[in-house]
Amino acid sequence: MEFREICKRFPGGVVANDQISFAIERGTVHALLGTNGAGKTTLMNILYGLIRPDCGQILIHGQPERIYSPRRAIELGIGMVHQHFRLIQSHTVVENIILGLRGMPFFLPTRRAEREIRALSERYGLAVDPRAKVWQLSAGEQQRVEILKALYRGAEILILDEPTSVLTPSEVDELLATLRAMAAQGHTIIFITHKLDEALRVADRLTVLRDGRAVGTLPAEEATPEGLARMMVGRDPDQLRSTLRLHRHREPIEDGLKSRSSASASATGAEVLVVEDLWALGDMGVPALRGVSFTLAAGEILGIAGRCRPRQRELAEVICGLRPAKRGRVVICGQEVINISTNASAGRRGGKSRCSPRRIAELGVAHIPEDRRLGLVDSLGIDANLILKSYHRPPLSRGILGLIDWGAAERNARRLIAEYGIVAPGPRTPIAALSGGNRQRVLLARELSSKPRLIIAAHPTYGLDVEATEQIRRLLREERARGAAILLISEDLDELLSLSDRVLVLFSGRVMGELRLDGADPAVVRERIGLLMAGVAGAGSAGAR
Amino acid sequence: MGLNSPSLVRRGLGRFKSLLANVRIQVQLEPLPSPSAGAILLASVAALLLAVAISSVIFWAYGVSPLRAWGVILKGSLGSTFALAETTRRAIPLLLVGTGLALSFKFLFWNIGAEGQLLMGAVAATWVALFSGLPGPLLIPMMFLLGLVAGALWGLIAAALRATLKVNEVITTLMMNYIAADIVLYLIHGPWKGEQKWGFAYTDTFPEQAWLGTIGNTRISWVTLACGLATAVLLWFLLMRTRYGFEIRVIGANPEAGRLAGMSYTKAALLVVSISGGLAGLAGVGEVAGVHHLLRHPQQISLGYGYLGIIVAWLARANPLAVPLTAFLFGAIFAGGDVMRVALGLPFQVVSIWGGLILLFLIASELLLRYKLSFSFGRLHPRAGVASCGCGPSGRLEEQGPDSTSYSYGSR
Repeated sequence: MEFREICKRFPGGVVANDQISFAIERGTVHALLGTNGAGKTTLMNILYGLIRPDCGQILIHGQPERIYSPRRAIELGIGMVHQHFRLIQSHTVVENIILGLRGMPFFLPTRRAEREIRALSERYGLAVDPRAKVWQLSAGEQQRVEILKALYRGAEILILDEPTSVLTPSEVDELLATLRAMAAQGHTIIFITHKLDEALRVADRLTVLRDGRAVGTLPAEEATPEGLARMMVGRDPDQLRSTLRLHRHREPIEDGLKSRSSASASATGAEVLVVEDLWALGDMGVPALRGVSFTLAAGEILGIAGRCRPRQRELAEVICGLRPAKRGRVVICGQEVINISTNASAGRRGGKSRCSPRRIAELGVAHIPEDRRLGLVDSLGIDANLILKSYHRPPLSRGILGLIDWGAAERNARRLIAEYGIVAPGPRTPIAALSGGNRQRVLLARELSSKPRLIIAAHPTYGLDVEATEQIRRLLREERARGAAILLISEDLDELLSLSDRVLVLFSGRVMGELRLDGADPAVVRERIGLLMAGVAGAGSAGAR
Repeated sequence: MGLNSPSLVRRGLGRFKSLLANVRIQVQLEPLPSPSAGAILLASVAALLLAVAISSVIFWAYGVSPLRAWGVILKGSLGSTFALAETTRRAIPLLLVGTGLALSFKFLFWNIGAEGQLLMGAVAATWVALFSGLPGPLLIPMMFLLGLVAGALWGLIAAALRATLKVNEVITTLMMNYIAADIVLYLIHGPWKGEQKWGFAYTDTFPEQAWLGTIGNTRISWVTLACGLATAVLLWFLLMRTRYGFEIRVIGANPEAGRLAGMSYTKAALLVVSISGGLAGLAGVGEVAGVHHLLRHPQQISLGYGYLGIIVAWLARANPLAVPLTAFLFGAIFAGGDVMRVALGLPFQVVSIWGGLILLFLIASELLLRYKLSFSFGRLHPRAGVASCGCGPSGRLEEQGPDSTSYSYGSR
């Protein structure tokens, strides 16, 4: 297939695709590379019929085609596996796969579908139990369901949008092998990613997009990481270095080591956070945390790795006091904030002590929530958002009436805008008008400006561009140097490895193991963490040697 | 070849179809960050005009010329001092109810129960006036106080259910309106039935000291008018300048962010619903002490003020300072409705229809405010290859992460 001079301009003047032209050969794996915001997903949405291009055309098997809807795309043999799965959790695999198929008789032929799905599974090596309910499956298995969904509809061209972001290292290997096998069977695979390593491993040809333009297309033999990085970000040496650092697998720990050795003097050893045997229920009533225990000292970054985003979020919520714990003990800066024991003879009067989120925040705890939308109010201005945690105290609020000193709030906002480099027209600009990176800066400004002792950062750089990501990581390192204790929750293994001093791996709500990262061999650590994340116990120990 | 020749038609159709196939009209819905004040005003006016247009059709269907009807209405509501006074009188309960509801809606607590809270305020006032045995000068202050408390409590029942059991307040407040109406009916037919009314379902008339003073010849009671205007200013002040108002705005705009910031939904709800219910109760006191001077059939007391107050608050976009304007507007509509009935023989329900239409169009206009429809024309020649459009040199791309939610925006 071929893209010819595709352009797409979004309202607001943003040009997502600018005269993009390149061809994809049948039976190959073609990687589409670019940083966040380069236009990859827009292009694929155009191919899949979700968006219509402003100009240009798409040729499939040499024929120009108008793809006006996903249904048309499916008819043409194009299937898409999105980054965020579009599966219905409470239904079975079979039901999800036959969802929306035309021409289904009234009595759903689930058994026939099951047989066909098993046949497909075998043919492509995508093992999954058709009768299982989707919520029971791991991310890797859910992804296989998505792929099967596309194959069941007769997809010859398969688009995968950032498929490895939710997979463990071993699952990544499996997926890449599966894709090569599918290509060998005659399918055409389009692989969207920002990870150079994976692209080089799996692709036959690569196209790099930058700022909406196709910068170049080259076969894998001619591609080098440096060359690709240069195409992705241009000639700016700083950006180049950052991109190489961010998008390659093998470097982060060494990087982290460099910054760690200079900061290791700051680890004072004072225990800021102690968690003992913490149990908590998740949203569905299923136990989310099962007996989690760890300690965190000042001047240290503890990374929490785990495949399950909800689990990590629940841990953060319990420590901040936003979610009730069922059992366990949490001590912050020497103050016991949670103590629930079901055993009355444990020494306390059937102890139930629980602090409000506000009290915990006052102990010097900062929380950077995983979903930026939860931490900021879109319709209010920057100044209002910056005082969200401090409005109830003087100097911002005085007297019984609780009058808010908006002048002080504005001065505060101006100061923080300058300090954190927030790009905004003014201190009263509503948050809704800011970009994702700037919103995150506002959030960080609010949380970090109070010089907290404990910072709980959940996916702080998710979805941000290179510049913002670098700034945030730098800020976290600075905080560590200042003596704060940081709990870093991230699904980006590279980020965890480059920032953390220690990594704790969670699986199914339990702590599988803890790894110390200084003096560690990157490959070994990565493998160990991968195994722990997949639930293989005993693969980790207090030190990785 | 005649003009009706089929082959000509067919050829014309064919050419039209091939033209259509090549021309692509693209309609896009683009989300707007936040509508400007000018846009909001425009949308509100447009909604009103649309409602006027459709009501005109109704007048016409009734055999009344719309122009004559509107002329009569305008004169009857704004055309003379008497008309203005009647309009203002009608506007007062709307003002009280409306400011309370504006606060409530800012907080996203959908208080549909202003009607019932109004009635309970009226009941409390009646009790004070007729059965409390308090000395004369104390009557009016106590009526106000207890009326406020009664309205607040009536609303707080629904708020408590929402805060503890997450029961949807739309249903509870709405249903409690009927309970309140039935309580009034029971009282006026039963224990509180007036002795001097010869079997009619009224209570006795209130003693003189329980009558609210009026301005001059009009029926406007200055106390409630002053209360209403003061409330509008005070509530604006509360919302914009105090920490409680800040909490209300934050929780209303983004409850999760409020929770993360440590704000208590329950405390804020307590404040909001007490004020909202209390103000509706005050409106009830005003009606019963200033207009009727007794308790009578619930529909004649509340006259739908509780429901119209919702529209008043919405039209004011939940801004307390704008409520006096919208309340006055609806006062005019109400007074106009009276005139409609008397002078034109139209049923009083036309006012309700009009109010309902306005609300409908207002809500619909919200879509216009949040999104912009854009049309773009492009011609696509499959054979020619490249189409011409306005694609200029690429500008700087802003990254859009998970913050953009509309699918036609997509993430790039």
